[in-house]
This record gives sequence, C-alpha cells and structure tokens, in this order.
Amino acid sequence: MAADDRFTEPFRGAADEPPPGIRSEIITGPVADWATDFSHLEPEWAADPYPIQDDLRQRCPVAHTERFGGAWLPTRYDDVAAIAYDTDRFSSRSIIMGNYRPPLDLAPLGGSPPISSDPPIHHHVRKLLLPAFTKAAVARQEPGTRAMCHALIDALGDRDVVDAAADYAQHIPMRVIAAMLGFPPQDGPRFREFVENTLEGINLPPDERVARMETLFEYLYAQVQDHLASPRDDLTTYLINAEIFGSKLEAEHVVGAMALLLIAGIDTSWSAIGSSLWHLARTPADRERLVAQPDLLPVAAEEFLRAYAPVTMARLVKSDMSWRGVDMKAEDWILLSFPAANRDPAQFDRADEVIIDREVNRHAAFGLGIHRCVGSHLARMELRIALEVWLERVPEFTLADPAAVTWSAGQIRGPRALPLRIGLPWLACRRCRPYSTWTRSTATGSSPSRCRRRCAGCSAVRSRRRRCGRRA
Amino acid sequence: MKVQIDPERCQGHGRCYDLAPGLFGDDDEGYGQVLGDGEVKPDQEQAARLAVLNCPEHAIDLVQEA
Repeated sequence: MAADDRFTEPFRGAADEPPPGIRSEIITGPVADWATDFSHLEPEWAADPYPIQDDLRQRCPVAHTERFGGAWLPTRYDDVAAIAYDTDRFSSRSIIMGNYRPPLDLAPLGGSPPISSDPPIHHHVRKLLLPAFTKAAVARQEPGTRAMCHALIDALGDRDVVDAAADYAQHIPMRVIAAMLGFPPQDGPRFREFVENTLEGINLPPDERVARMETLFEYLYAQVQDHLASPRDDLTTYLINAEIFGSKLEAEHVVGAMALLLIAGIDTSWSAIGSSLWHLARTPADRERLVAQPDLLPVAAEEFLRAYAPVTMARLVKSDMSWRGVDMKAEDWILLSFPAANRDPAQFDRADEVIIDREVNRHAAFGLGIHRCVGSHLARMELRIALEVWLERVPEFTLADPAAVTWSAGQIRGPRALPLRIGLPWLACRRCRPYSTWTRSTATGSSPSRCRRRCAGCSAVRSRRRRCGRRA
Repeated sequence: MKVQIDPERCQGHGRCYDLAPGLFGDDDEGYGQVLGDGEVKPDQEQAARLAVLNCPEHAIDLVQEA
C-alpha cells in the first residue's frame, strides 16, 4: 500500500513554539458574586450548580464574569436556545471555555470538526459522521453493550459497596467508542486521562495544558498509522478515507474528529449513567418503580437527561454587540448551559423536580440547532441499556456515603466517585427477575464447590465457585 | 389529521421516530421522515401529539385536513 503522505510527518508537539492564539489571565478562587464573577470550575458549582443557576435566572439571567478573559452565562431556556440557533453572531471555534482562545483563522472548521465548525462548512463535515450514528447504526452496538454491562456487574464480585461511577458507568461508553473507532480496548485507562486533560484542568498553566493535549494527539496519530498499515471496518479507517468535495480530509481534520469522538463519547455518557444511578440511589420510590416497570425506562431516561443534563457547551461572540440588554464584546465567551435551560420553570412544569413519567419533555440535553449532539442516539442507547441491566441485576442500592460522592468540575458534569451500598444478596435471578433474592446455602469462604446461592423466587441455584475460591 | 416535518428545523434528535414509530422513520443521516402520507389514524393520535410536543426543534406539525 502506498504511504499516505498526509500522515507521513510524525506529529510534532509545539513545545518550542507555543501555539498562536489568545491567552487570558488565570483567575481562580472563591466566587464573590455569581452574577458578576461566575466560574464553572469552582467546587461549589461542581457540587451543586442548580441553586446557583436558579438564583441567576431570577436576578441576572445573563450573568457575567471577568474570568477566562470575559464570559457570559445565560440561564433562561429562551436565551440558551437563541444563542444555539444564532450561528451568525456566535461562533463554535472553541467549545471548551478556558483561558486560551484558539486563533481566529482556525474558523470555520475549528480544531475538532464538526463540533467546532461554523456554517457553511459545518454541514458538509457533519454529514460525514451522521450515517455512523443513526439509531439503526448504533443498534448494532446494543448486544455488545448489554453483554458488557452484565460482565461489569459480574466483576463487582461479592463486595457490598461498589463505585458505580468508576467500576460501572465509565467503562460502558469507553469500550463502546473504542470499538467504534477501532482502538485497543485495553487502552481505556489512557482515554480517561485524555478526557480529564481535555475537559478538566482548564485553569492549569497553558504550557501544561498544551503538553497534556500533545499526548492525546500523539496517541491518535499512532492509531492512524496503525489503521493505515491495517485498514479495517471502523470509524478511524472511515475518516482516513472520507472525502469532502472530492478531496480527502486534511490530517488535522481526521485526527481532530477522532479526538472529538473519543472525548465527547466518553465523559458525557459516563456522566449521564452516573447521575441517573445517583438519583435512583437516593430516591427509593423511583428506583422501585423502574424495577417493577422497566418499560418506563426510556421515558425516565429522558427525564434524567433533562434534570441532570451532563453537557454545557461554549461559544465565542463574533463582534461587539448589545444582546438582550447586555454589551457583549468580540471574543467574549458564552457558557451555553443546557443544564440551566433544562431547569427553567418558564419552559418546564415543576422544573426543579425529577418526574420519571414526564411525558412532555422538550429538553435540550443534546443541544439545539445545527450542533445537536451527533452521538445522541448512541448516548441514549448506552444510558438505557446501562440502567436496564443495572436495575435488573442490582435492584436494591443506596448511597453508601452521600459525602463521598464527587462530581467532575467543568463543562461535563457527572459523578466521578459514586459509592453505592448494594443489597446482599444482590444478584437478581435472571429467570424470575426482578424481585428475586438469593440466599446463601453455604457461607462465603467455605469449600469452593459447596458455595452456592439459591433464588428465593424459583429455587434456581447459582454457584459462586470461582469467586468464593479466591476469597477463601 | 396529518403529521408534517419541517426539514429546515429537523436536526435528527429522533424523538418522533422513538415515540411514534408508526408515523415517523429516519433517513440515512438520522433526520426524521414522515412515513407514507402522514395520515394519523385515531389510535395514533396520542403518539402523534407526543411526537409534536417532544420535538426539541418544534419541527413537527399536526395539521387538520379541511
């Protein structure tokens, strides 16, 4: 096979020469007033941003901060929607708000197309990805996802406290997107590092941010080389061969899109699954209802997406203007909070309550307008299967220690530590689910061949031979 | 009664074909499409209304025929 000269230059980091762009002063520390000094990176916001957003919606619906070189935070649904639709005045050139604005000439494609692209090129770039993420296309990942969820629960072992974020939720999108991109499944821990480097650590010194991003791009270039050497039926090979207007994509476009799929595919679903389990762990009535009525899960999942929308995006103001009563300057950030929009009482009845059978739910968790999350069908499938399998296998669970739950800071919000106490005996019988319980017929640690559990419902016997043997 | 999708507004969220699979399908890129002539049978009215009310882009209309 002829060498693909787009990728022959080894990826070179920009260590000697910092990338062009605009840097702003890094300001951290407690927020004085959320209306004039907001920061989504402070612990108070990470722990519980909703009271802050509700307060701002009342008294200052388009809040401002001098941090990040100047930024605005709209909290009303109508304002968030208006900005999402207004691609003439708000650019997607960078969608992660921080202290670095990429150079203007990065538009209209941006660094991670199509999420960073503006019209008219956006449409053509997005079109490349859409067929791989239709409902029918992602349905092909469903059996594998389901089997993986069961395997993750099998691997929880006999512990009565498990971390549902670290031991369950995070692995599901990680393995699904790795399979779709054709990356080695054992690279999961590296993906987590890439995600944290990209989306968290926003206030680290720029040199450190750059160095961390380089490790991601080095990894992606290595994956491209591997796929050039042995092409296969996955998204990486697809992007290498994809064409726009009769030409193959630039190397930066291929790798930028891979970065987007990897980063955006993991943190987001991980957060949605984790937040849903967190809600169910502290709301027994909802948990019991969903265990009894699994058919309600798709409706409930939409409500979890509304109430705990994990994703906030960002835009850059294109030129100075007065917008709905505030004076925006060119290059000001907009923190585009879909979570805040989703809790606007002007748009949703009982907006602050989680109503798992909410039938009318026009939420914006996946964005609005041309940048609707390209992976939304995949995310919905992952969330639905993850909750379905968890509730079937672990119908009883509570927060082991509410104070031990930690949430990610930044634009993707979800639990990163979620210790749950799971009812023992905790494995629901797959024959007479969902209410069955297992009772031990012999004690843990006894001879491996004699350690069994019997289902109280149908008397099925489950041998726990291997695990008991290890524990003994 | 008929359902219609405004293709200028539809962004492929897929709520319509999730909630009313008898009335809507998707194209190769995931955008919603009305199946057949969009005629809503009496037993599909509730599903049609849910599709209208859950479309985040307000892209679906339920039109009464003269």
